[in-house]
Amino acid sequence: MSNIPKHLKYTKTHEWVEVQKDGTVTIGITDHAQDLLGDVVFIDVPQVGRELKAGEACAVVESVKAASDIYSPVAGKVTAVNGALTDQPELVNKDAYGTAWMLRLKPSNPPELNNLLDADAYASFIASEAH
Amino acid sequence: MGHQTPLYNEHLALHAKIVDFAGWDMPIHYGSQVEEHHQVRRDAGMFDVSHMTIVDLRGLQVRAFLQHLIANNVDKLKQHQALYTCMLNAEGGVIDDLIVYFMDEEWFRMVVNAATREKDMAWINTQAAAFSVTVTERPELAMIAVQGPHARERVYEVLAGSDAHGRANVAGGRTPGATNDSLREQAAQLKPFYAAHAGGIFIGRTGYTGEDGFEILLPGKDAAAMWRALLGQGVKPIGLGARDTLRLEAGMNLYGTDMDETISPLECGLEWTVAWEPAARKFIGRDALEKQKAQGVARKLVGLVLEDKGVLRNHQKVIVEGIGAGEITSGSFAPTLGKAIALARVPAATGAHVAVDIRGTLHPARVVKPPFVRNNKSLI
Repeated sequence: MSNIPKHLKYTKTHEWVEVQKDGTVTIGITDHAQDLLGDVVFIDVPQVGRELKAGEACAVVESVKAASDIYSPVAGKVTAVNGALTDQPELVNKDAYGTAWMLRLKPSNPPELNNLLDADAYASFIASEAH
Repeated sequence: MGHQTPLYNEHLALHAKIVDFAGWDMPIHYGSQVEEHHQVRRDAGMFDVSHMTIVDLRGLQVRAFLQHLIANNVDKLKQHQALYTCMLNAEGGVIDDLIVYFMDEEWFRMVVNAATREKDMAWINTQAAAFSVTVTERPELAMIAVQGPHARERVYEVLAGSDAHGRANVAGGRTPGATNDSLREQAAQLKPFYAAHAGGIFIGRTGYTGEDGFEILLPGKDAAAMWRALLGQGVKPIGLGARDTLRLEAGMNLYGTDMDETISPLECGLEWTVAWEPAARKFIGRDALEKQKAQGVARKLVGLVLEDKGVLRNHQKVIVEGIGAGEITSGSFAPTLGKAIALARVPAATGAHVAVDIRGTLHPARVVKPPFVRNNKSLI
């Protein structure tokens, strides 16, 4: 059973989103996603300052098996990326919700955050995908 | 649900992730593909390869038949020695690659790929009709590849504590009169690429990883006991995922990916497996290969090492400046090297440097001669 923390929001493309006190959001991929990918060996993150649309492909996670796009859950400007992943891509397998965060955005349209799934809805979604 | 090997329940018990491979339900990994890869390079791992097709060829004309059927020459072999070869069509295209073991003058054993089983058997049977040869598939046999620097010693331990059918003696000791000392002793004497058999178990010092080790063929009903005995010796289960990265690092071709019926051995780095001498041996595909060689081969298979971070993948385009383009046939992250590597088919005039198109961006790659890794040592 996948780990799905209650305090995060989720997308159907398996990103997690944490809303910070300053209004920025931190984005990563879920435990379920890393499990599907297998051993992660390379991560390509976007440039700081890049403007992203909601649903835009903004990063690539490559496992031994396959390359997988990461989609921006909401529109916004990239304020930070996680440089640690360049040298330690395996953090994604070990700590998907913590040290393996991928990027931080300043949302340009914060109400979009209401479109994201809560933990229960995401759990139901991955259960339905399995069938 | 696909075909299942005699070890299927063992895989489930070890929490394997099961995927379809050529109609077989096979373990892709048991947790971490990369850890399994390192386990084989550094210690010992085992693969269930019972899905592969084992074919016994027997009869008075078996040698003559193989001289016709395959591009390499079984006359190179001493008794019990194995040969890697391609089986070609009349156009020189590769129907399959295979290993053939010369067991005695009237018995050769071949192991061919699972994904090509039906067409291989049809072809072999058609070609065999003109010879005094019987072709017998051995689906009742399981096959376990034990590979790694400590693989052989672990197998010796298991053989010392097992009976003639590979059934492990639970106490770990020897059962007088029933132990397989004969096979153990024969196995201990095997040079690379030789095989022995006794008591229904066949052991070849062959593999598909670039490490030392054995491939063990035994009755399916005895396979689980052998598997568990090997587990008991610390041999870890390895899935097909790591099998692919290990063989790629070892510079070994994968049929259907690096070559197929439209590709000749000269275009996939396998000319070394074509026995041109003696010139009088008219193996299938020879005329086409000679013509191709005389005209000049337009493409070659090379190794690539990506200079940037990233991962090379099958079918990525390779740009050779001033010459043309090619394609990656097998690309992956190489766990032993910590870099992306590939086999790529490129124009014959390709030099030392190329660029690879990864999602629309060109990345420099160095051209190398495979293998990339042998016995856990980088060769690049």
